[in-house]
Amino acid sequence: MTTTNLTSFRIERWTTASVVAVCLCVAAIVALAIAPAVLGAGAVDRLTALFIYIVLAAMWNALAGYGGLVSIGQQLFFGLGAYFTIRIANLGVDPFIAMAFGAIVTTVIAYPVGRFMLKLKGGEFAIGMWVLAELAHLLVNLDTLIQGETGTSLISLNAYDIGLRRNLIYWLALATMAGLLSALFFLLRSRTGAAIQAIRDSEEAAASLGVDAIRTKRLIFVIAAGGIAAAGALWLASAISFQPKTYFSVQWTAYMIFMVLVGGIGKFEGAILGAILFFLIETWFAAAGVWYLIGLGAVALIFSLVLPKGLWGYFADRTGLRLLPVGYVVRE
Amino acid sequence: MAETAGPILLEAKGVAKRFGALQVLSGVNFTMSQGEAVGIVGPNGAGKTTFLSVLSGAHAASEGRIAFFGKDITAIPAMQRCHMGLVRTHQVPRPFSGMTVFENVHVAAVHNGGRGREAAYQATLEALDLCGMLAIANRQADTIGLLDRKRLELARALAADPKLLLLDEIGGGLTESEAEELVQTISKLTARGISVIWIEHIVHVLLKIARRLICMDAGRIIADGDPQAVMSHPEVVKAYLGGSPE
Ligand SMILES: Nc1ncnc2c1ncn2[C@@H]1O[C@H](COP(=O)(O)OP(=O)(O)OP(=O)(O)O)[C@@H](O)[C@H]1O
Ligand SMILES: [Mg+2]
Repeated sequence: MTTTNLTSFRIERWTTASVVAVCLCVAAIVALAIAPAVLGAGAVDRLTALFIYIVLAAMWNALAGYGGLVSIGQQLFFGLGAYFTIRIANLGVDPFIAMAFGAIVTTVIAYPVGRFMLKLKGGEFAIGMWVLAELAHLLVNLDTLIQGETGTSLISLNAYDIGLRRNLIYWLALATMAGLLSALFFLLRSRTGAAIQAIRDSEEAAASLGVDAIRTKRLIFVIAAGGIAAAGALWLASAISFQPKTYFSVQWTAYMIFMVLVGGIGKFEGAILGAILFFLIETWFAAAGVWYLIGLGAVALIFSLVLPKGLWGYFADRTGLRLLPVGYVVRE
Repeated sequence: MAETAGPILLEAKGVAKRFGALQVLSGVNFTMSQGEAVGIVGPNGAGKTTFLSVLSGAHAASEGRIAFFGKDITAIPAMQRCHMGLVRTHQVPRPFSGMTVFENVHVAAVHNGGRGREAAYQATLEALDLCGMLAIANRQADTIGLLDRKRLELARALAADPKLLLLDEIGGGLTESEAEELVQTISKLTARGISVIWIEHIVHVLLKIARRLICMDAGRIIADGDPQAVMSHPEVVKAYLGGSPE
């Protein structure tokens, strides 16, 4: 066996396309940050929703697409993020600060939840998370502040001027999205990111190669929970009203799954693309009511049958294009 | 028992393994020294793979103790045993199928030996080179064939910086020249001072590396020592009746 001169090999992580893509992303975020100056109130609200969708999709993709931890109970953290925001705001804390704490408290709670739930495997974990979300829903209903299914509102937001409030929530959502996406991107590119994917593909092999599977799974679980909790708090701020059954609805996870499957599971770009597609479909067809939901279901079904790697997966396979690469390519 | 050369590397005492009511290993005693290369043979279902799994920590021993470099590792998880240098391959390859060949090996390189980024790249490339996999480094692991998957098992284990390498049938299905290449690769490793335990049904390949042979049957070590003596041991001959070592 000949030993090749290894110095002629280099490891490529960034490509020209990906550098351009990152620059474009930064430019887009800057443009979005100044956009409220020219956009109408309706557009600002819609874009806020888009940012939240992107966070939800990216977090579910991190958990299931990269970590292999398929959960259908992520509404648990969405609901808790909103609930704790209400609870903390009720103490007289500024609503925006309450949102931050709502997300933080939920993230802290996610740690013991993860410790326990990650003992379950596959389908048991997926369903177990849903059961837990239902349980949390019932518990939140017991809180007299929430008034059962009647719900309550983040009334202290009314102290802010309506126009300023709309823009603040928009910027907060934009910053949360940008912050979480970059954090996730760099995490997935790191040694831990490689470990996460290895565990997804074979936990036993990963452990036999020195990967701390338990610690890594807990980490990705807590990150996904925290991101979704922040999304829940943001959703509450833009919707103002809090009804437990809306926030703890499995529909949220269904949307996350839809966005990730259509965009491309396990692809960083896929989740973002999926969220944008979902947003467009919703913008154009939501008025169709039940038919809109049936349409969503049909689209998801068609994708899983025809394009199992999602739109981005298909496109990337065809073109070899990598815009936000987390992997490694050997070049000679 | 073969005469031991260097200091003791691994010691298993009274190791037993049960899966429910199924007794797969019973009273296995085994000691090897640093720098040794030991072959394991035995009929199908003898418990060879299970023994490796108990050594590597993939399965906990039901009874008995295991020491590595003099430290009791019986209760230590697989991940830490790997960090200590006890690294295995899998008989049925377990590639990280969503990652490329390079990324598969890189996972092992960055999680062992406290390497920095460049050192990890270098270790990955070296392991790929040693296993003849550089040409397919960018292939997705779920698109490579069985032989390459076995090579990938070896490359990953090498990148994990082993002191004792546990090999489980990495040579099955190879042509004569491929087997010869594999032997060359393994002898490079032993020359570097890496100790080896190698399970293989193809005895003549095994004997190019192993100076000591163990035969397992029905969860026990039935013979241990000089390869020729082990292969002609009456119990070994009996164990192989009906089957054949080749
Ligand atoms: N995880 C498990 N659960 C239950 N039984 C198992 C498990 N792993 C192995 N066994 C059983 O233990 C026995 C020994 O299996 P093992 O794989 O160790 O044999 P082996 O000597 O490696 O055989 P082969 O040469 O076919 O690889 C077999 O009867 C097998 O069915
Ligand atoms: Mg076996």
